[in-house]
Amino acid sequence: MVQNGKLELTFISTLVNNIKKDKMKTIKYKYTKATFLLLLLLSITSCERELSDKAEFANYGTTGDIFIDAPVGLTDQFFVSFDPAGGANTEGFGTDESVTYQGASAIRIDVPAGDDVNGGYIGGIFVDRGVGRNLTGYDALTFWAKGSTTATVGLVGFGTDFIEDKYAVGLENIKLSTDWRKYTIPIPDASKLIQEKGMFIFSAGGIGTFPEMGYTFWMDELKFEKLGNIGQPQPAMASGEDRVETKFLGDQFSMADYSLRQTFNLASGINQTVIAAPSYFSFSSSDIEVARVNESGIVSLVGSGSAKITASIAGVSVAGSLTLNVAGGFPVAPAPTLAASNVISIFSDAYTDVAVNYYNGFWQPYQTTLGGEITIDGQNVLNYTNFNFVGTQLTAPLDISEMTHFSIDILMPEVLATDIDMLIVLKNENATETTLQQQRIGGQTYQWSTQTGDINDTESNATFEGGVWKTIKIPIRPTAETGLDKTGVNLIIIERIKSSNVTELHIDNLYFYKE
Amino acid sequence: MDKNNKNSMRITTTLLKTLCVLVLLIAFSCNPDETQTVAEFKNLVLSDEFDTDDFIDSDIWTFDIGNGTNGWGNNEEQFYTKRTENVSVQNGTLIIKAIKEDYSGSDYTSSKILTKGLKEQAYGRFEARIQLPTGQGMWPAFWLLGANCGDGTADTEVWPNCGEIDIMEYRGQEPTVVHGSVHGPGYAAGNAITKTYALENDRFDTGFHVFGIEWTPEYINYYVDDVLYNQITRQQVEEKGTWVFDQPFYIIINLAVGGNFIGAPNEETVFPQTMLIDYVRVYNK
Repeated sequence: MVQNGKLELTFISTLVNNIKKDKMKTIKYKYTKATFLLLLLLSITSCERELSDKAEFANYGTTGDIFIDAPVGLTDQFFVSFDPAGGANTEGFGTDESVTYQGASAIRIDVPAGDDVNGGYIGGIFVDRGVGRNLTGYDALTFWAKGSTTATVGLVGFGTDFIEDKYAVGLENIKLSTDWRKYTIPIPDASKLIQEKGMFIFSAGGIGTFPEMGYTFWMDELKFEKLGNIGQPQPAMASGEDRVETKFLGDQFSMADYSLRQTFNLASGINQTVIAAPSYFSFSSSDIEVARVNESGIVSLVGSGSAKITASIAGVSVAGSLTLNVAGGFPVAPAPTLAASNVISIFSDAYTDVAVNYYNGFWQPYQTTLGGEITIDGQNVLNYTNFNFVGTQLTAPLDISEMTHFSIDILMPEVLATDIDMLIVLKNENATETTLQQQRIGGQTYQWSTQTGDINDTESNATFEGGVWKTIKIPIRPTAETGLDKTGVNLIIIERIKSSNVTELHIDNLYFYKE
Repeated sequence: MDKNNKNSMRITTTLLKTLCVLVLLIAFSCNPDETQTVAEFKNLVLSDEFDTDDFIDSDIWTFDIGNGTNGWGNNEEQFYTKRTENVSVQNGTLIIKAIKEDYSGSDYTSSKILTKGLKEQAYGRFEARIQLPTGQGMWPAFWLLGANCGDGTADTEVWPNCGEIDIMEYRGQEPTVVHGSVHGPGYAAGNAITKTYALENDRFDTGFHVFGIEWTPEYINYYVDDVLYNQITRQQVEEKGTWVFDQPFYIIINLAVGGNFIGAPNEETVFPQTMLIDYVRVYNK
């Protein structure tokens, strides 16, 4: 697994997860394999020479217009959809000559219903047809929009080109009126945009709960502008807080995971906050022998100790900071010893894993958990942050009738022993019924329900130590006790109970076995 | 023009005059097609350039201290002090700073300077170059009040009969808009004669702008930078009430927090906020 390629993706998925968090629960943004390969290529070829004295920046076009009465300088396909395999509907994009803000034509988006057979949401990007534009002379992307009804569009922005997404910017949840309104997306720092290809991004799902109701919205006069009346930047990271976290030597992660935002005050007096890619920020580390941040915002932990990450955008200090207390190296999870023939593995370097749809379903609207599969020092683990609950969905239902146990290795960076209280749920969710076995771990202080499937096994009252792997073996109970139909287990859910203080988990060696 | 005051006005240097003409020329040159004449009064009779650090000229300025009656009549939330925390001169600029702090029963402190009893004049051109603060609840003003304002006894008149000329008022939550008004008998408070001016591609809280009036017995012209945006005539005023702008007025510059005109600060308002005054100048014909 190539580490950089994966980490580069983090920002996109963070941006996208943020979108999902707010509105569209059915959306599964997935970027195409081609994109991923390009990312890999970029990562591999990123060992560039230093600029020589003779290097000169090419002079790229400076056109700000994107769509006035027709696309301006965009690629032939005009609109590049998110991956239909991830649920994006490619049918609803077009132009309209009868409804316009001004001039002959406007962009028309028919947002599908949540259960539309062609895909339950619509979204994509507009890409410059040339080598990219110099947008340093502008301070905002603006457009006019109206809806067939009042509705909320999950995301609009620019800087996403499905290649680098280096200067991606997203404005979430714009509210449409049934009359034309102007929308302004401030550029976090225009001096960075010397060659930008990502002219526009949008994503919209239907109204209400599943199956959401579709609607139509129109956009017109889409362009980069020099408004001159945008001011008072207030950039922030980690929600403006001074955050302190314990991490492991060798760990790598993106600052995009720490809520990077830029806020500008618009002429209307409204503070407009956008999600800004890490590359807009200049990060600095108080101790580069402990933590280093590169220009893409990737943090590498290179030594033990403590380092504080601070940042600025265009000379303006960023509110908030991240202090990293780096202990020793990330411990290797205990190596499983069972013969492969006795094991059905979900996630382990020791065995061949069964196929999964995901290790994090980003279930909306209640899930807060971020993260998923990561690699630390060559070790593949699942890392969940901001944890409340998370699910792994198997591609094909699994027959575990022959299995006696479910095994899981858990490591928490910091542990307050009395605060551990979790559930592990093995679920068979099919068209006719849902059955499950629920196993409590560590919980002693909270009330226990008597729901079918609940097991409060003393064996699982595990004692955890910070930064130490703990293997938990959960007996698979007879169906008569739990109700779980063992012939088609397809979901494994880990859940934090109530106010239990578990916020970050590392997980490895997730498998069923028979004794 | 009040003769007594005229004699006490500061004598200006030729250099300064030249500079002013230059500034005007530069200002005009931005809009070569505009034929309007913004300023006709060119005889500088008072100027404070705030050129000496830590010095506020007591021959020109005095202070209002406290939280006034009913928040200076507007339910304003600040307590005015003359502490250097709230008012100071640094790097050629007078700084009025609104601070969020518990102070004598108020939640905010700020400052209000005025030329009352020191520099008072009828008619003329009054202008100041100011960078305004930002955010919900910030209410800076550059204004004139009739020198005869009082409680109605002796030779005084109660407000609004003594007259008020607001050269610039601004709401921190509307960073591109300023207001110019007159208040008098028949046209006060909510019924004041007023006009707003909005910048198109700029804002008042990110750079300095010149705010001024030219006041004659017949009209008051309002301008921002090189744009004359309103003229209030004696005839207009007399359609609503009485023209009370023939007696000397004094200058007030203050930064209020909250109050009826703008509402209270909210959680997005950043403190402290500063109002920066580069200069104050008064001319006559």
